[in-house]
Amino acid sequence: MKLFLSLIFCNIFLTSGCAQENYPAIEIPSTVNYSYETIIDEIEIPWGIAFINENELLVTEKSGTLYHILNGIKTSIEGLPDIYIRGQGGLLDVALHPDYEKNHIIYMTLATTLDGDEGGNTALYQAKLVEDRLEEVKLFYKAKPNTKKGQHFGSRIAFDKEGHIYFSVGDRGNRDENPQDITKDGGKIYRLNLDGSIPKDNPFVSDSKAKHAVFSYGHRNPQGMIVHPKKGTIWVNEHGPQGGDEINEIVKGKNFGWPLITYGINYSGTPITSKTTNPNMEQPIYYWVPSIAPSGMAFSTSNIYPDWKDNLFVGSLKFEYLERLVIKDNKVIKREKVLDKIGRVRDVKEGPDGFIYIAVEGKGILKIVPKE
Amino acid sequence: MKIIITSYMLFLGFLSFNLFQKKTKTQSINAGAEIYQDFCVQCHQFDGKGVSEVNPPLKASDYLLENIDVSIAGIKFGLKGKIEVNGEIYDGVMNNQGLNNEEIADVMNYILNQWDNNSTDFITSERVDEIEKFILE
Repeated sequence: MKLFLSLIFCNIFLTSGCAQENYPAIEIPSTVNYSYETIIDEIEIPWGIAFINENELLVTEKSGTLYHILNGIKTSIEGLPDIYIRGQGGLLDVALHPDYEKNHIIYMTLATTLDGDEGGNTALYQAKLVEDRLEEVKLFYKAKPNTKKGQHFGSRIAFDKEGHIYFSVGDRGNRDENPQDITKDGGKIYRLNLDGSIPKDNPFVSDSKAKHAVFSYGHRNPQGMIVHPKKGTIWVNEHGPQGGDEINEIVKGKNFGWPLITYGINYSGTPITSKTTNPNMEQPIYYWVPSIAPSGMAFSTSNIYPDWKDNLFVGSLKFEYLERLVIKDNKVIKREKVLDKIGRVRDVKEGPDGFIYIAVEGKGILKIVPKE
Repeated sequence: MKIIITSYMLFLGFLSFNLFQKKTKTQSINAGAEIYQDFCVQCHQFDGKGVSEVNPPLKASDYLLENIDVSIAGIKFGLKGKIEVNGEIYDGVMNNQGLNNEEIADVMNYILNQWDNNSTDFITSERVDEIEKFILE
């Protein structure tokens, strides 16, 4: 009896000690009716993808190369700003201006030093792509201060339909100071006009001490961002610590809770906080326990994959697959592995041709193709 | 006067000893622990066991403990492609993290002496400096 009781006690102790896997469990499809083609190979860390058209795209390589790819042939673009390569920092996302066809303007996020202390922080740049050269390179935003920390630079770029550009900066390894303080950079989603100016209706413009570009705060490290194709809202995925990666629908001026509320724990297994909710803080649409290390996100809006229409796709760096999430009424009701063991999936895009493309570390850009 | 000169010399000696003294092994391991938490823990994990089939272990890793210079080169230049660790094949990418030679020496001393690993080698920044990329090939 004593043994029995102590077994029960052990069991309770053990299960309460580690976080429960969050519903729904990841599924492996019983039949696989798709495969993939390699569009571009030999890119070490393809970090961000921007399609110009079906046959032409821009791809960032984290160590500081921006590739212009035309019909499978890649050329390095000249004229990039100085890039700070350390830890998770380097050349990050790239995106086209909504009127790119007319103005050839692109945006990039990257880690840089510029001035101030040793170290670096995330910056947003605009530039004009002329043949394979960047011209009229303009700094739109530089997060401060510099730090030698290797963590949490973000960063993704997205556009809404009202003429704004959004980008993310992670907490830069300083969770106790940055994410909850709107007078400091880091742990934020930012919003600017397409010309780099601050929108007059940004949430904190009337607070003289606040960073006026801040749109939402309390984030850890957002590395996926997209405008929802139907709702027009900004959707973000962000890395939690151990457990507690999240999908969030961004709302102007809101606090998303990091590190005061989280579904994750420290890497050492010790708790960060016992709280997962707070009436003044937003809840995620979904949280992952265990962490998948999400990066990149895209909705399938085309009719190329009939079973996947309106599903969300997120790359997993940690488990090396692409995750398909079925979402109904802002709730995740099904999760499935696509291309299991493919490698660290860094970015996900729906191309202009409606196919899903993924950037895989050590591989390059892959296109997912339904089987006949 | 003699006393002043002697104490001045002693002071100078003390100063240069402190300024130019190399880190002890313990100091290097402690500095390496911070680097590890900042740059390595996400993949290799707090317990040094990595993630099965994805990120190789450092704890009791034959690859690490038997190929110290190659391991240094992996951190210094980044590592890509197939490696065998404790009988398991890993085929991934480890980024060049942008650490300087002293930071690489510190984190090497940490991982060589953590999780019941122990190594008689004391890695210095000079040793890291001498390691060239070709040894990865």
